[in-house]
This record gives sequence, structure tokens and C-alpha cells, in this order.
Amino acid sequence: MSAQVQTTEVWKIGDREFRSRLLIGTGKFPSVGAMKLALEASGTEIVTVALRRVDLTGQRDPQADMLEEIDQDKYLVLANTSGAMNAEEAVRLARLAVAAGLPKWIKLEIHPDPRYLLPDPIETLKATEILVKEGFTILPYIQADPVLAKRLEEAGAATVMPLGAPIGSNRGIETRAMIEIIIEQSRIPVIVDAGLGAPSHAAEALEMGADAVLVNTAIAVAEDPAEMARAFRLGVEAGRRGFEAGLGPTRREASATSPLTGFLDE
Amino acid sequence: MSGSPGDALEGLPFARSAAVARFEDLMFGSIRLEELAEQARGETRKNFGRTMRLFAPLYLSNECVNTCKYCGFSKDNPIRRVTLKPEEVEVEAKHLAGVGFRNLLLVSGEHPKEVPVSYLAETVRRCVGLFPSVAIEVAPLEVEEYREVVAAGAEGLVLYQESYDRAAYAEMHVSGPKRNFDERLGGPERGYEAGFRRIGLGVLVGLADWRRELVALAGHVSHMMKVSWRSQITLALPRLRPAAGGFQPRVAMSDRDFVRAICAFRVAFPQAGIVLSTREPAKLRDGLMELGVTMMSAGSETEPGGYTGVGKARLHRTVRGREVALEASEWEGAEATEQFEVSDERSAEELSRALRGRGLDPVWKDWDRALAG
Repeated sequence: MSAQVQTTEVWKIGDREFRSRLLIGTGKFPSVGAMKLALEASGTEIVTVALRRVDLTGQRDPQADMLEEIDQDKYLVLANTSGAMNAEEAVRLARLAVAAGLPKWIKLEIHPDPRYLLPDPIETLKATEILVKEGFTILPYIQADPVLAKRLEEAGAATVMPLGAPIGSNRGIETRAMIEIIIEQSRIPVIVDAGLGAPSHAAEALEMGADAVLVNTAIAVAEDPAEMARAFRLGVEAGRRGFEAGLGPTRREASATSPLTGFLDE
Repeated sequence: MSGSPGDALEGLPFARSAAVARFEDLMFGSIRLEELAEQARGETRKNFGRTMRLFAPLYLSNECVNTCKYCGFSKDNPIRRVTLKPEEVEVEAKHLAGVGFRNLLLVSGEHPKEVPVSYLAETVRRCVGLFPSVAIEVAPLEVEEYREVVAAGAEGLVLYQESYDRAAYAEMHVSGPKRNFDERLGGPERGYEAGFRRIGLGVLVGLADWRRELVALAGHVSHMMKVSWRSQITLALPRLRPAAGGFQPRVAMSDRDFVRAICAFRVAFPQAGIVLSTREPAKLRDGLMELGVTMMSAGSETEPGGYTGVGKARLHRTVRGREVALEASEWEGAEATEQFEVSDERSAEELSRALRGRGLDPVWKDWDRALAG
């Protein structure tokens, strides 16, 4: 056993294997330097980048050079379609991303409401159907809706990414009951995305049996993003190990005595 | 500090929502400014991260058919005027793109003959290749006219009401189409209908009791967030600056109240963008960087041709609606007259340094043309 915490097993999205179960978003960081340190400390292998923040014209715009700063040999860049309001816009962005040389992996985010950034289920399903046919690996951001998760699975999505709470809210897994059903029913990886504000929230998701989590705001806006990234890494590790070790069932009260049936032992 | 201004929404088509009540409570209640600022910083970080979006204004024309007591472009002011030709707009735009901006705001006075909708659409078309994001700040238009500008590639609309106080509005806007309060008030909704994705609201602080104006603005923001739920709403509270005409603000708002207002808006409307222009001095802008502001301009010129000197040869005055050539003595070093005096004169690079110094990442591009349907 090495001193450093290691993920216990590999997991897969499509045919690709990963060890880290922590995906990191790149928005909101105080600087590119702080972001790079956080990525390093998190142990992540998958990094999401908003396409609206990068240059899609192929001209390597120095004012939008986030991609230049991410080592694509080390991290899989997962382009996200944040800002897209409908399937048509998301599909257009995805195609542009590939034309600009990015992998054919898309985190599909369609949120017509720019305030809570809640995903549009109808447009998300529509865009998934189109992009899967075009050979994309699609990871859709969705409301914690078990039926939608199954519909996306049938449409060929590589994962589902249900939200724990609205993006940036740091409120943790408020959709727990529905995410439990999604995990129970899903045949593709379930990645809890959005709303995870503390390492304990990430641990909770993994303990529930989620395959991975995606974290951005909580790390990016921390006083020390790299240290917070490390903490999330540990939270993810702890949660996964707990899940694999087989958590005992929870109960509301201590169970040392059996007030109703104790007479049997007397 | 001052008390709540009572029912500032009277006569306006906005409901007093929970968010408006919250704003009033934060703005006029007993919460200490430092405590409010701490909340504002937290909300800003959560919703916008440790970043600042940067933009630049590009003035197309300072010709105007309105007489407004406070504005440098007012029709009767004897200022040097010009409307840039579309190719000159492109020269200015290229300059700003070269400086680093990727987010452009096209600004113009109101002049249906010199600045018709077809001209606005043409200037937008010339800028969209250089800027992933183009917005306009012009007189209110009809839905079909807005559609023409959206089709040309603009995604943002900025339309400040100036004043929500009908009496003050009538007094300030002496003549011209701008006198129509309700036509202006309905502009943002028409813009939403036409397809604008970002809509900027605002009040010009100094025309009427600012306490009432702020509450009315909160009402407008709250209203627009419900009506135009698919667009990003931004707000601004520009304070009157010295300009041609020499108008003196009717009601001064202290720096302390200004900061409190920014913080109160941030906490009451956590997801609204807040714009802070170069009207405010550097020290105040620096202090507000973390407290709620999400968009800043830098190195701004507020006259047409201000960045590169284009259009100079056609400078003229307007007297009773007719163009009059400048006197020989007026040509020396002449530029078009600015709308107002800029206070923070730092360049984009200098502002970026200041942002980084405060642990904020300057963001130039956060929009892509591919998003505009």
C-alpha cells in the first residue's frame, strides 16, 4: 500500500478507462495558474472546458487560450456546451469543437435559464440523439430524473450527470432520493454534477454508489483552490472505499437492545 | 443612511416581488455595510467565480434629435458631431480587438436619419467577425427593428431607463422622441421578444431621488427576470458625470451609498450581472471588483472616432437640425465631443493587472457566435 491514496479500481466511460473519479470544471478560477495547481492536486483525468470561453475559429486567440493551458496528454478535455439554449445550438457548438481539434467527447449542457442554469430535458434528449448518431461520446447534464436518465441511456448517452443542486449553489445532494433511483436503474456510469460544495458531499455521492462526481465552483472559489482540490480528491476516495467495503444499513436509533423482542433471550 | 422610500413602484408595471422587498431591506435596513459586503462577495464568487468580464464601448454617432438636460449629446449643445461610416466603425472595432477586447458595445445617439436601423445592422455585421459578442446601446426600437439587429449578429441589448420617476423624466427630456417614457420602458421586453440573449437595465443616478430610482430598478430587474427568463439580465447604476451642457446632478449619491447599492443588488439578485463603467474613479472601481460587479469597461472613449481618429474630416455642428461647418479656429486638434468625461482612465492592460492583483481572472471571451441562433 503506497502512502498516497490510490483509487481502488478502474472504471470506464464507453471504452475508455479512468482511475480518478473526480471530474473538474475549469470556470471561475482566480487565475490560470491556480487552476493548473488545482487540477494537479485533484488527481483528475477529465477536465471540462466551456466552449464559449475558448476560440473555435482555429485562430488560437490569445484572449481565449484556456485550451493552451491544459495538458491534453494528461487530461481528457471534455468540452461543454454551456450557454446553449436548445439542441440546435448545442449541436452546432459540438461540431465546431471537433472542427477546432477537440476530442469527440461532449458534456452536453443545455440550460435556457441563465440564472439557475437548470437543464432542459427535452432539448437535451434531442441533442443526444443527434450527436450520438454522429459518433460523439455524450455526457449529458440533467435534472435528477430517473426516467429521463433511462431515455438518455437508450439514446446512447455514455453517462448521465444528474445534478445534486443548482450549479454553484454548494448545497450538496438535495436530489438524493431521485439520484438513488437513477443509480439503482442505470446501466451507464452515473456522475453527480453540480451543487457539491464540500468534500463530504462528494464522499456522500460515492458512498451512494455514484461512479464519479464533477466539481467546479467549490474548488475554484476556495481561498486555496489546490488544497480544496486535494480535499475533494480525498472525499471521493473515502466515499468510494466506503461504498466498496459495503456500508452497513442505516437506522434511526441505536440498536443495542431489543425492547420488543428481548424477552426471547431472557 | 436613509429610510425606505415608500412605494417607489407606484405607476410602474412592476410587482413588489420578494426580491424587491429583499433589496429594500438590505439597502435601507439596519444591516451593517461591512456585513452586507461580505455577503455580496460570497454571492459573487458562488455565481460568477473569481473572474471579471471585460468589454469596450464603441461610439457610432453623437448626433441626436433629443434635447435632454443632462446629456452631452443633447441636440442644442454646440458640440462637434459626426456619425462614423460603417467602414470607419470597422477601423475602430479592429483597434479594440487588437487591444484584446472580445466583447463590444456599440453606442449611439438617437437620429433616425443619420443612424437608421439599417445602419445599425450594417455596423453590427462589420463587427461580428471581430467580436464573439456584440451588444447595442441605442434608442428604443420596435420588435421588427430589433429583429433586424439580432439577425445581423448582435446578442446583447443595453437600454437604461435613465429615470423611473415620471415627473423627473418629463422634466429632463425636454423634446424629441425620448420624451416617451413608456416607449422606453417597454424596450427591453421588445428586445427579448426579438431574440436578444443579454439585456442590460439601468438608471442614471442624479436625475431624481436615487432611493426611489433604485427600488424601481429592482422592480424592473425582478420583472424582466420573470418575463425574459431565457436572457441574462444585467444592471448598472451610472452616476452622472460632467458633460457638455454643464448639468448638475439634482441628487448626489455618496460613494458609501453607491457601494451599498451594488452590494444590495448583488445579494437580492445573486445571478444578475452588474456593470461598472469608467465613469467611476479607479479607487472605487478597484474596491468594488469583488463586491458584486461582473462586467467592466476599460480604456474607454465616449466619442465617435475616439480610438483611432476616424471621421474627423466630417466634424460639424448642428444648429436647429442643420449641419454647420466648424469655424477655422475650431479645427485645431479637434475630435468629436465626448458624451461624458471618463474618470478611470486606465488602459485595459492596467485594469487587467489590477484585477489579477486582487485575485480575479480577467475574462475577455465568454460567448461564442455559434450560440446566437
